[in-house]
Amino acid sequence: MNAREEILGRVRTALADVTELDPVADVPVAWEYGRATAMADVLARFVETTEDYKATVVRAPAGDVPARIAELLAGAGVATAVLPSGLDDAWRAAIAASGVSVLDDEPQLSRAELDRIDAVVTASAVGIAETGTIVLDHAADQGRRALTLVPDTHLVVVRADQVVSDVAEAVARLAPAVTDGAPLTWISGPSATSDIELSRVEGVHGPRTLLVILSE
Amino acid sequence: MTADAQRRTPAPPAGTYLGMPKFQKNAKPALANEQLRKNLRHATGTIRAKRVARVSEVPEWEELRRAGEAIKNRTLRHLDTYLVQLEESLVRAGATVHWARDAAEANRIVVGLVQAKGVDEVVKVKSMATQEIELNEALEEAGIAAWETDLAELIVQLGHDRPSHILVPAIHRNRSEVREIFLREMKRYGTAAPEDITDDPAELAGAARRHLREKFLRARVAVSGANFAIAETGTLVVVESEGNGRMCLTLPETLISVVGIEKVLPTTADLEVYLRLLPRSSTGERMNPYTSMWTGVTPGDGPQEVHVVLVDNGRTNALADPLGRPALRCIRCSACLNICPVYERVGGHAYGSVYPGPIGAVLNPQLRGISHEIDQSLPYASTLCGACFDVCPVRIPIPDMLVHLRKEVADHKKGTPRVEPTAMALAGWVLSDRRHFELAQRAAGLAARVLPHTTHLGPMPWPASPWTRARDLPMPPPESFRSWWRKNREEGR
Ligand code: SF4
Repeated sequence: MNAREEILGRVRTALADVTELDPVADVPVAWEYGRATAMADVLARFVETTEDYKATVVRAPAGDVPARIAELLAGAGVATAVLPSGLDDAWRAAIAASGVSVLDDEPQLSRAELDRIDAVVTASAVGIAETGTIVLDHAADQGRRALTLVPDTHLVVVRADQVVSDVAEAVARLAPAVTDGAPLTWISGPSATSDIELSRVEGVHGPRTLLVILSE
Repeated sequence: MTADAQRRTPAPPAGTYLGMPKFQKNAKPALANEQLRKNLRHATGTIRAKRVARVSEVPEWEELRRAGEAIKNRTLRHLDTYLVQLEESLVRAGATVHWARDAAEANRIVVGLVQAKGVDEVVKVKSMATQEIELNEALEEAGIAAWETDLAELIVQLGHDRPSHILVPAIHRNRSEVREIFLREMKRYGTAAPEDITDDPAELAGAARRHLREKFLRARVAVSGANFAIAETGTLVVVESEGNGRMCLTLPETLISVVGIEKVLPTTADLEVYLRLLPRSSTGERMNPYTSMWTGVTPGDGPQEVHVVLVDNGRTNALADPLGRPALRCIRCSACLNICPVYERVGGHAYGSVYPGPIGAVLNPQLRGISHEIDQSLPYASTLCGACFDVCPVRIPIPDMLVHLRKEVADHKKGTPRVEPTAMALAGWVLSDRRHFELAQRAAGLAARVLPHTTHLGPMPWPASPWTRARDLPMPPPESFRSWWRKNREEGR
């Protein structure tokens, strides 16, 4: 018998006591999926929890976003930035005009090339107020996963209408992308570790600087 | 040294887990090690306080725990259905699925896949399943270097050591020990630590970043585990902090994920429950820094060759015992370790497994059976205080399961010509019921007051004393452990 048949056989033998064949009828789950968590001000909470992780958060009217991007990059001392192909044209123009040298990922940059780039600028898919989380679904305005991983600074723009109250609402919004096969990256603050005496240190392998613009 | 020189990676300590003596014997040197106990007390205390702060922010926590329990029960009671569905989804998404009956088979599969790529090294994301099957040593034997990339795992690997905690495997090391390990070992396996490095955790993390970056940039194959595997879509989920997981899951061309069969969840929607339960219970954060989800192969993004190895390795044993089945709900958050008074005093190494603490005490005897001394002793590595159940995000009734396993061990030993079973049967009375246990403990507290100069006494007086006398445990405080606990540790509830 091959391993697959044998393991499935063992599972079926082990579950001889289970007589109801419909999993949903057999074990009811008393949980209402996708509910919002009540909170006074979703956007204010998002800013507060994201800053809690030592990320920089700036609120800006949509029209000011290109200027804010240029300012934040300059403030972080960024000289080179990689931009995903689908990034907003106005943002791209503002970055180029600010003197940052802009790289594209077409053809795909090698790992070593990405490692020499200071920053990446992207849009996002969802923001989560309760946990200070930003989720990327790696659509064209966010680029493939390596782009937002190897450069040491990540500037990400979250639109106000993308911010939801909590994880449940976020999973509900993201489920179609998952079904389509898109990878997801959930980011809560910069890379961090608590492995040495449980004291939190920001910055291990992922981007050590996370800059967030909340576009309203 | 000579043997070490031929190795690709630092040698772990000699000996095997199953060859270890019983828990009570392993616990002795740990109890005598002041530094270890100090490190553990500090670390578990810190993490307990963080957990309780984050859990108390969620008013519907109990409702969430019950949902976490029910979804896992549904999955486990229909595991065959969900495994077949998971396999179909993975194949549809371009992944190759392998099945492994035991550790040896899983290791053979992974070694074969790595050899087929013609490489002699892999980067690894922290994974309990690969530790359980001792994959690193199997790779080493095949001449393949497996580089651990999680900071704590790196400390353990470079320290020629074993993990002692699920979440923070180097919890038994303090910062100055970490500094010494990095200074001594990093240069032997890649980028050296700076000679003038201090014991500041930020500097130590910086050294790890530089040491591992060259490995991330060149690795062609990565090995991971998965926290969850979604049957409906074939999506795998890895929850982490440092970004080493993202590096491994994204940069290499080939990704091999070793996944225990109990990790499956029915739907993507179910993640909303576990992504709220897990980070608050484990690191005491609202959300861990990074969570990665991927579904087979994504054209133009990440590994273009994706393998998933579904591992049994004793899980179907646990599944077959309806009283043991709940242990398979475990999401490896480690909250039960951090709250456990026994773990806090002896640390993880005494448990003789990669799964220490309360969950290890119930899981190991089920996964491995109870024919070895270490596994026979584990159900007794507990005071049955009940704190582990209270903090468990999926409501695993660990104390009840320990009592059940104690009976199994006692039955198994019946007929063995040893003194212990008799005392064990007596101890059984004390241990069979939490009220009996408290009674016995109160009596022991009384004895402590009557005999103030006695420093060591079994926590259980007659009729259990013939068994506990040999245990050499510290004299209990005048108030019973549980009443002391209630006063001092209500924080965790
Ligand atoms: S048994 Fe419960 S508390 Fe312990 S690690 Fe598993 S899920 Fe966490």
